[in-house]
Amino acid sequence: MEVPILKQGEVLIATFQAALSDADLNQLRSGLVRQVVKLRSRAVIVDVTAMDVMDSFASRTLREIAHMIRLRGAETVIVGIQPEVAFAMVQLGLTLEGVATALDLEEGLAYLTQKFKNID
Amino acid sequence: MAKRESTAKGSGTQSNQGVELVLSEAPSELLRELVAHLRQNRTQLREEWVVRISETRLLTAMTKEEIFAEATSVYDSYVEALETETFEALQAYARNLSERIIPRGVETHEVVGIVLLLRDVLARSLFAKYQTDFRKLNRILDAYEPAANRIANTVAVGFVQERERVIRQQQEAIRELSTPVLQVRERLLILPIIGVIDPQRARQLTEQLLRGIRTNRAKVVVIDITGVAAMDVTVANHLVQTVEASRLLGATVIVTGLSPEIAQTLVTIGVDLGKMNTVGDLQGGIEQAERLLGYKVVTLAEPRQPS
Repeated sequence: MEVPILKQGEVLIATFQAALSDADLNQLRSGLVRQVVKLRSRAVIVDVTAMDVMDSFASRTLREIAHMIRLRGAETVIVGIQPEVAFAMVQLGLTLEGVATALDLEEGLAYLTQKFKNID
Repeated sequence: MAKRESTAKGSGTQSNQGVELVLSEAPSELLRELVAHLRQNRTQLREEWVVRISETRLLTAMTKEEIFAEATSVYDSYVEALETETFEALQAYARNLSERIIPRGVETHEVVGIVLLLRDVLARSLFAKYQTDFRKLNRILDAYEPAANRIANTVAVGFVQERERVIRQQQEAIRELSTPVLQVRERLLILPIIGVIDPQRARQLTEQLLRGIRTNRAKVVVIDITGVAAMDVTVANHLVQTVEASRLLGATVIVTGLSPEIAQTLVTIGVDLGKMNTVGDLQGGIEQAERLLGYKVVTLAEPRQPS
């Protein structure tokens, strides 16, 4: 199942559905990395609210997305990580260091708005 | 009394005549006889039992009258269990009894002790009754002993189960009491931890905190561990993981009140201090949190003198 990428002002929003295959994840990664420059976005929000399990591949992909997006000149915010998922990830050592996180989409947008305001 | 005795004897001689026959239909028939005997001598046996209980200094937490009252109902359910050979009623009674006497500090050995005493008292009375007929005594005991043992077992297990249930309940209560996640300001939670943290409690703390962050939409959390004297490496690691997991939910964690010992532990396990936001005391932690959230606390007027 393909993950839709929505454009909201200067931000790209990708919402994970439950049960994404590795191929879907790879496709999402290349899609985001390509679109972020094409659409001249300043940030990407990846919403993972629907994921109640996060395996090592998914969280590695998330980190890769964040780092690649940074190299492409934008910022990534991961939003909606479930409490259980968060702790499971930390226990696996997948702490997404250097990647911004927020409680949900609203928080993520607020964080970015604040940040853009500080920069501008 | 004498008349009853003679009927009992009569049946005894009768069974003597047809040993083979009695052996084949023995247990239930014998149990019935046994129950009749116990019913007839109820008052006397019960009193004897109560005397034995106080002699052995069991159930010291209860008064004599209470012991007598309990003894009566235990005796009756005991005989009933022997008669019907079903143990549900006795089990229920044992549970009920345990519920009443556990809060008064009655110990397991006392409960097992009194049931075994009753078993002994009844066995003695059987010896006395059938001392002239050894073979019959043997058969009666064959029927009595397994049933009596099962009863003792049932009561003891019932008591222990009830105790464990109480203990579990209390543990649960303590655990819930011990980990409050409190909101002190919009988007600011505090989690004061007091006492010893074992791995299980640590896990629960984390769960509650992460859930609290979600439901209160918190951005900053102050974990105050002033009340924790020491923690082992596992728990310290867990604390660090909690901090990281909170960040994944978009919340910043400030840890306050680290004791020198805990600081030592954290240094020993080589915690990445860049990830840990620590402030000396709870007040400092809250002030820092307020700064992060953009609050500014201003004194509007001189504090009023209490009149």
